[in-house]
Amino acid sequence: MSEQYRNNFLREVEANVEEGEWVKRCMQCGVCSGSCPLGPHWEHPPQELFMMIRAGKRDEVLKSSSMWMCTSCYNCIARCPRELPITHIMHGLAHYAERLGLAPKNQQTNKFAQRFWNNLSKTGRVNELKLTLSFYFMNGFMAGVKMSLNMQKVGLGMLLSKRLNPFEILGGHGCKDSKGLQAILKKAREIEDAKIAKFQG
Amino acid sequence: MAKHNYSFYPGCSSQKGASSSNQLRSTQTICEELDIQLNDIPDWNCCSASIGYAGGGELPRLALSARNIALSEQAHPDQDIVATCAACWLATREANDRLNENSGLLANTNEALKAGGLTFKGNKKIRHFVEILIEDIGYEGLKKPVTKPLEGIKIAGYVGCQTNRPFGIDGESFENPLYLDKLIETLGAEPVENYEKKVSCCGGALMFSEPEKSQALVKDIIESAYDGGADMIVTPCPVCQLNVEVYQEQINKKYGTKFNIPSVYYSTLMSVAYGRSAQDAALNGQVIRAIKLEEIAAKS
Ligand code: SF4
Ligand code: SF4
Ligand code: SF4
Ligand code: SF4
Repeated sequence: MSEQYRNNFLREVEANVEEGEWVKRCMQCGVCSGSCPLGPHWEHPPQELFMMIRAGKRDEVLKSSSMWMCTSCYNCIARCPRELPITHIMHGLAHYAERLGLAPKNQQTNKFAQRFWNNLSKTGRVNELKLTLSFYFMNGFMAGVKMSLNMQKVGLGMLLSKRLNPFEILGGHGCKDSKGLQAILKKAREIEDAKIAKFQG
Repeated sequence: MAKHNYSFYPGCSSQKGASSSNQLRSTQTICEELDIQLNDIPDWNCCSASIGYAGGGELPRLALSARNIALSEQAHPDQDIVATCAACWLATREANDRLNENSGLLANTNEALKAGGLTFKGNKKIRHFVEILIEDIGYEGLKKPVTKPLEGIKIAGYVGCQTNRPFGIDGESFENPLYLDKLIETLGAEPVENYEKKVSCCGGALMFSEPEKSQALVKDIIESAYDGGADMIVTPCPVCQLNVEVYQEQINKKYGTKFNIPSVYYSTLMSVAYGRSAQDAALNGQVIRAIKLEEIAAKS
């Protein structure tokens, strides 16, 4: 896949990653990297990712767990002297890596985000309890039990204050026209797939 | 008919039984006091917030928000769209801006929407509920219904990220927005001055996937509120409110701290100052009880 990009990862990013056309405008000042709340946990902070993209380090970038550390705090965007939409590029890189099957398999945020999307694209709305439970149990049954025991205090508090409704798991809220919504999402996905296929030649 | 009408995007976490339903309750209470009517967008869907990107590409996510806007255009053509959730507001406003700026994306999005029988026109303003309060009602107007000033309570105004960046409230700075402090004063309470973690991130949705790293962020946010002498924390964002409130026990266990500080929405605070009951203020929705507010609400 992506033969024609072998030596031009930057062009691939510009074509296929959300807001990727901005990457070349980065002047490597490092302000973004210093702004990330989970900064110390990034394998390669944003500034470094941008440099690596230009250096053609395709695998190292797309297989990295880095962009999955983004909390969407928008600190970087507020401060970048070149006005790069860094948050969106991080989301875009993460999505593109996942789409190509290169994203790290056991990355927790990736798993959570996938479940979030599946949960919402089915009914049109997020059912928080289902989402929480499926996340706690996705690592296998025992790990799930351990984790939910750990979290029990939190869950109980939320139940007591009536903010997590146990009946939601049986059905919960949804859009009336979930068929229409699914049709829209399917079409959007098709258009996007076609666009990416085109750039892959 | 109420004086101020808006097309309302409630968002998933405000649904009955979901984590921020107490915000909706107290928001409705202050709307009654301020003669605001929020008209739900019929059959709205989730916007996928800032975490939908793993499963949803750019276009599907834009289409989600565009569907909501299109439904609002149909049902409430003359009303601005208003959201109370920072993430909902941000996602919707971003989609609106990008579709208006990029004709290619607009054409693709409308092609997708057609599959559901809808069209996005893009002539609407997408506003945060706080903007409504400050710009359309104004501090004077917000003060009028105060019957029980919150005297003697010191409050750390925690603005967080997404109500503040990248758009923020008009006329405010990213590093030190003042509207929340002004609101606290308007209600008769005392804001913590120079609250150091005012615009710091709590980890957002990564609280679920990276709990330890996010809890370390929350620890600093709470510590700095205590340092400022705060009795409680107030916030405009449902995710901040949740993250700052419900993990205190776990943080205490890990760090040996003794945190037990209530974290409330501004709408809860306002409801109490407006003389409404604990229930109308959604005080019963607190995991860590806000005793000082309960006492004021109980006074006749
Ligand atoms: S702040 Fe902007 S210009 Fe500076 S390194 Fe980051 S992306 Fe590049
Ligand atoms: S939005 Fe993401 S990339 Fe930007 S500073 Fe926040 S965590 Fe870092
Ligand atoms: S941002 Fe959160 S609350 Fe708002 S619609 Fe999306 S998932 Fe629901
Ligand atoms: S402070 Fe936390 S919840 Fe609030 S906007 Fe920032 S990341 Fe989201």
